Amino acid sequence: MLNSGDTAWVLASAALVMLMTPGLAFFYGGMVRSKSVLNMLMMNFIALAVVGTLWFFYGFSFSFANDINGAGLLGGFDFIGLENTAGQLAGFAVAANPDTGTAAVAWPGPDAIPVLAFCMFQLMFAVITPALISGAVADRLKFWSWTLFVALWVTIVYFPVAHWVFSFDGFVSETAVGGWIANANKLGALDFAGGTAVHINAGAAGLALAIVLGKRRGWPKEPMRPHNVPHVLLGASLLWFGWFGFNAGSALTAGDLAGVAFTNTMIATCTAVLGWLVVEQIRDGKPTTLGAASGAVAGLVAITPAAGYVSLLGGVIIGFVAGVVCALAVALKFRFRFDDSLDVVGVHLVGGLIGTLMVGLFGSTAVNSLSVDGLFYGGGFTQLGKQAVAAGAVMVYSFVIAAILALIINKTIGFRVSEEDEVTGVDETEHAESAYDFSTLRGVAGLSHGVSARVPEPAPAVEARAGAGKEH
Amino acid sequence: MKLVTAIVKPFVLEDVKGALEQLGVLGMTVSEVQGYGRQKGHTEVYRGAEYSVDFVPKVRVEVVADDALADKVVDAVVEAARTGKIGDGKVWVTSVDSVIRVRTGERGADAV
Repeated sequence: MLNSGDTAWVLASAALVMLMTPGLAFFYGGMVRSKSVLNMLMMNFIALAVVGTLWFFYGFSFSFANDINGAGLLGGFDFIGLENTAGQLAGFAVAANPDTGTAAVAWPGPDAIPVLAFCMFQLMFAVITPALISGAVADRLKFWSWTLFVALWVTIVYFPVAHWVFSFDGFVSETAVGGWIANANKLGALDFAGGTAVHINAGAAGLALAIVLGKRRGWPKEPMRPHNVPHVLLGASLLWFGWFGFNAGSALTAGDLAGVAFTNTMIATCTAVLGWLVVEQIRDGKPTTLGAASGAVAGLVAITPAAGYVSLLGGVIIGFVAGVVCALAVALKFRFRFDDSLDVVGVHLVGGLIGTLMVGLFGSTAVNSLSVDGLFYGGGFTQLGKQAVAAGAVMVYSFVIAAILALIINKTIGFRVSEEDEVTGVDETEHAESAYDFSTLRGVAGLSHGVSARVPEPAPAVEARAGAGKEH
Repeated sequence: MKLVTAIVKPFVLEDVKGALEQLGVLGMTVSEVQGYGRQKGHTEVYRGAEYSVDFVPKVRVEVVADDALADKVVDAVVEAARTGKIGDGKVWVTSVDSVIRVRTGERGADAV
């Protein structure tokens, strides 16, 4: 039967996660130059519109409907156009327990939630994942080509991968078959909220795009300083806030497990900020605001797959390791000369790998009976191996498909703007806008770059009525 | 007539303005500028990548003064702007052929 407390938490969490995409937009937008900040915001914001629309038509179905052939690779057609969702519940049947004397509860079990609450919660994950990729190719893409890439990538990569990782047997119906990574009768890797499906997935695609589409003109010689570091910190803070929905919401219950995931999310992020700043102090001599914001995101990324599966001590350690390693990993792009402009690889791919693998170390059945004891809790190497398989599969699949899609789009409609447009700035050339009015004299049109306005002519009917009004 | 142009540290602007008011100077033009001289810029680090910022922000003060007053203006600006540290700036004086007050059409010294 429907659990209204759980339902309320999942709906609230969906709204929290929705806010992460605009938060990400500001996190990224502050890091680019002032001539391309609007384009950066738009590359993220358009993901809401495009993926939200596709989710209605087929995204939710391919991700979460009963598996198409039982192999755990792709969801079927049950939810096309969100058919068979309103009025339906999702949940798990509970088997009888002779030890405690509790009776079996048939599907959807005692704590079901509406399919549409789950559907909207999962949509927000599908939105932010392609948005994350945009940071790897800032300042240089044609807007509609990017939009097309988002639509194709979520269709071919995200929806199937979400099915692999997030779709559990017996959830959307009694006999529903889910994905090959999630379920114990197949691989049985643990990914609480999307270390593989979201972060490794986006990070690998970002790497592919940065390599295939090439570096920005002038990189890395020309200075490309973040133009608004306060926006970066504001964005990181919105991400941190929304991430409580992302991770604690992934418990799909307003109970102890949500508390565990919430706590791990908080403490891992705290230690990741400290880890990143320690590296900066030692390496660069100063702790930076950008570093603190980046450390927070690195910690959030790493704890994502682990939040509801690892001990709280594990959470503290995973965060610190992610903060330190990601702070070092952002230098890789200079060594290997790929212009991953805003460090999607260094933060999301590396952070996602750290978190996903470390579930195999700190997984603990003491915090969650659905978890598995990791290496440090007497579980041996088995789970670590499964985690590595899941991480590797998603990484390779996403990288290859993203590279192919980028090549196809680049050869057909073109993916990058012209060199001249890139120098001018994509805000002006792609959107015919500028983010900031730099003139300090207000109300003096001529001084803000010689701007004058040309407004549409009023419609004749309006003019006639205005004239009639005057006569009275 | 002379045009006195001073490039000074931004935080001394109030002192310079006060000193010139004491001299009876009735107007000035101020702009924010960037550049470098003996004082070099600074280094910023973003995610471990170093950027050297070569230009230092300064304030440019421009005052048109009668020939007789020009030297006093220079002295007052230099006095007010000096901190004794590198980067205090420069002051130079150029001759001005004519000055016209837009409102009245007055010319020369009357227009200053």
